[in-house]
Amino acid sequence: MNAIDLARAQLLAPSGLSEIDLERVLGQLLGHRIDSGDLYFQSVRQESFMLEDGIVKEGNFSLDHGVGVRAISGEKTGFAYSDDIILPALIQAVDAAKCIAETGKTQAVRAWDRKRLITPLYTCKSPLEGLATADKITLLREIDSYTRKCDPRITQVVVSLSGVFETILIVGSDGTFQADVRPLVRLNVTVIAQSQERRETASSGGGGRTTYDYFTENDRAFGYARDAVRQALINLDAIEAPAGAMTVVLGPGWPGVLLHEAVGHGLEGDFNRKGSSTFSGRIGERVASPLCTIVDDGTIPERRGSLTVDDEGTPTQRTILIENGILKGYLQDKLNAKLMGVASTGNGRRQSYSHIPMPRMTNTFMLPGPHLPEEIIASVEKGIYAVNFGGGSVDITSGKFVFSANEAYLIENGKITRPVKGATLIGNGPDVMQKIVMVGNDLALDEGIGVCGKEGQSIPVGVGQPTLRIDDLTVGGTKN
Amino acid sequence: MSRALPVQLPELVDEHRYQQTVTKMLAIAKELGATQAEVGLQSSVGLNVSVRKADVETLEFNRDKAIGITVYCGQSKGSSSTTDISDDSIRSAVEAAINLAKLTEADPFAGLAESKDLATELIPLDLYHPWDLAVEDAIELAKQCEKAALSFDRKIVNSEGATVSTAQAYHVYGNSHGFLGFYPTSRHSLSCSVIAQDQNGMERDYQYTLSRKAEELEDATKIGQESAKRSLDRLSAKKLPTQRLPVIFDATIASGILSTFINAISGGRLFRKTTFLLDSLGEQIFPSFVNLYERPHLLSGWGSTAFDGDGVKTTDKDFVKNGVVNSYILSAYTARKLGMQNTGNAGGVHNLFIDTGKDDLKGLLRKMDRGLYITELMGQGINLVTGDYSRGAAGFYIENGEIQYPVHEVTIANNLRNMFKNIVAVGNDVDRRSSIQTGSILIEEMMLAGS
Repeated sequence: MNAIDLARAQLLAPSGLSEIDLERVLGQLLGHRIDSGDLYFQSVRQESFMLEDGIVKEGNFSLDHGVGVRAISGEKTGFAYSDDIILPALIQAVDAAKCIAETGKTQAVRAWDRKRLITPLYTCKSPLEGLATADKITLLREIDSYTRKCDPRITQVVVSLSGVFETILIVGSDGTFQADVRPLVRLNVTVIAQSQERRETASSGGGGRTTYDYFTENDRAFGYARDAVRQALINLDAIEAPAGAMTVVLGPGWPGVLLHEAVGHGLEGDFNRKGSSTFSGRIGERVASPLCTIVDDGTIPERRGSLTVDDEGTPTQRTILIENGILKGYLQDKLNAKLMGVASTGNGRRQSYSHIPMPRMTNTFMLPGPHLPEEIIASVEKGIYAVNFGGGSVDITSGKFVFSANEAYLIENGKITRPVKGATLIGNGPDVMQKIVMVGNDLALDEGIGVCGKEGQSIPVGVGQPTLRIDDLTVGGTKN
Repeated sequence: MSRALPVQLPELVDEHRYQQTVTKMLAIAKELGATQAEVGLQSSVGLNVSVRKADVETLEFNRDKAIGITVYCGQSKGSSSTTDISDDSIRSAVEAAINLAKLTEADPFAGLAESKDLATELIPLDLYHPWDLAVEDAIELAKQCEKAALSFDRKIVNSEGATVSTAQAYHVYGNSHGFLGFYPTSRHSLSCSVIAQDQNGMERDYQYTLSRKAEELEDATKIGQESAKRSLDRLSAKKLPTQRLPVIFDATIASGILSTFINAISGGRLFRKTTFLLDSLGEQIFPSFVNLYERPHLLSGWGSTAFDGDGVKTTDKDFVKNGVVNSYILSAYTARKLGMQNTGNAGGVHNLFIDTGKDDLKGLLRKMDRGLYITELMGQGINLVTGDYSRGAAGFYIENGEIQYPVHEVTIANNLRNMFKNIVAVGNDVDRRSSIQTGSILIEEMMLAGS
């Protein structure tokens, strides 16, 4: 079965909703002088397991489904939803959503474009059912005992495993009739290491739009365990981080959270339509050093940030944001694309049926450059080499962004020397991007752990980059 | 456009039905073999209206409900939740939880709170004041607010809009000891965010007002004007050279310092040994003038509740007395795990206060004389295992006790132990919009990283 058939069977059949009903409901929405509207049906099954103190203490299962109704009139959006997928609730939501319209002309619902079957980027098998619960528990126990054997200084291990299986159906007045079946798995290992009186913690994990087999393939789960142990032990020896502006070398992969904060959010279509971003109106201008080419790519198979179609039914794509330092484009959903006179880039995303779609990132990364990573480190006389980060955030209007390193080292005379404690790095997006003076040839994407928050909505995303050298970034350490 | 909220609470919150659903779910759990069970249900309705550049931008109707169960089969635990509270659905949810409990492993500390600790009285706390707000009135209010901001100064060049929100919720918790607690709450707010611009670039800031009672919201025009003023004040900010200096955390963000402390003395972190305040009971952590206390039964308080997340009776408590840690923050599980007395804090603290000093903000600035007055923090940079603190900051440079110019793009860092110990004064400019209420806090020294 393709995604549309699966969605129809899962979302419409149980409540006896027919496509004629949907057409009628959409017609009712448009009948009230609304430019366009859509219905977003969603069903999410989710499970999680947590191991701590050597035992699997908790298992949780949740089931959520509902339908969101959106009505658009010019720049206005009316929105309502129901957690009952039944006709009367749907009609009630339509009545609420359409009270946005004051003016506008009556429009017809376009015939649904059903020929467009998009090749899925991931399996339509449910991760929840692919493995028996007992086997999931065994997996957690194996990871626990493996982790504890890694080093006697490991005093606590927490392993968490989660799987999500989501089915969505989007029908829109513009002829959209699309579905997507989305698996998502995640495994995380957190450890506490203790040496005399000093304790440190570290976490490592990964996942993607696939099934739990992913974690046993290539020993991935044990790889996360080793990485968490390695980081915690390194941090036991960390000295105070320096404070002040200095050269910073960022490692490949997850440190790409830099791009997500410094550039990505500021290039989202809504902010640029409204002129509230530091990047507003700057298409064609130089906004980064010529070494920088940055893309957002939602089409990479099985990646955490990927989507076959976005939450408005638009197929995802690879969008060039910055090419050789020149700003090329923004990330668009349907509403903002229409208002800016461009096409949607397939970046219309929402947390769930109870949230309004917005332009959001998928997998955002920088393309590789000419330098060997060793060469980049060797070029730095004094600075910081940061390879792992917690989270970050940005003020898209002023361009100020922060991200917090939790594994970093001093670079002295071209060599990595001592580990330093975690510190927050701060800069201004457009300034910092101009100060990227070397780009490595070692592009890597993150392991599949990113969560992006915007206006209270959380969604899974990916980031990536090669090793980068940035001259003059402020490091928030404690040592003068 | 002249429609009232299409779904009113009396229709949505069928109190009797929700209480019955919880009781029914507990009975199903027992029938299916659970030794113990607990169920939480929350249902809410709300309206959000956003206006931008004098026109409606979004009109959003919220209506949510969710029910969750935790079952214990012996000492093993399983849980499940769903948004569908039909009979079939709650039965499947119980089955799912029991199936999980059969497979998870026995935890000797798992289980409900002791019967003797449960709340016996549902004290009325004045938390529910629904706002009969018509959509068009909400729009007018938001427009008034934004207009005040946009017309405040010609340097206010753009708007992120003004938003009026109202929400009502109903909470039920029951467990197989026979406890059944329930209460409705309301929450109303008005916020505004605008962008100021000068030759050095754009800055945005916001202001908001929040109350359980609509009539206690601050004036819309005042909120708009303050949001404009806050954005304007940030224009042409400078970096500061890297240095050690005293700082003041504005009351609006100082609650974050206290919530970090609360988190660090919480049971979950204590038994996992993931806190720098391990074994801190009886230890002098703050200067002796610091007293931190919880008042769960404050009328209309943001954290007010008669029972905690385990159904346990909440009581007045002192967490810090004369600077010394007097009590941890424990739930049924963490108390058993640590071999201590339950403090009725499953789910956190319920209204936290700190004794304030005589100075208002101006007085604090004078007391600091020279330093950084911080009005915004960015990023997560707090490691509770080690107490290391490093965050992005923006605010104002202070000299001779007066604001000199705005500051941005700097970080401040220290260890939380030092920060707590070196609190010099707490202002009386208390921000009442949070369940953790404090005035501005002056700290003797932080490491500032800048240019």
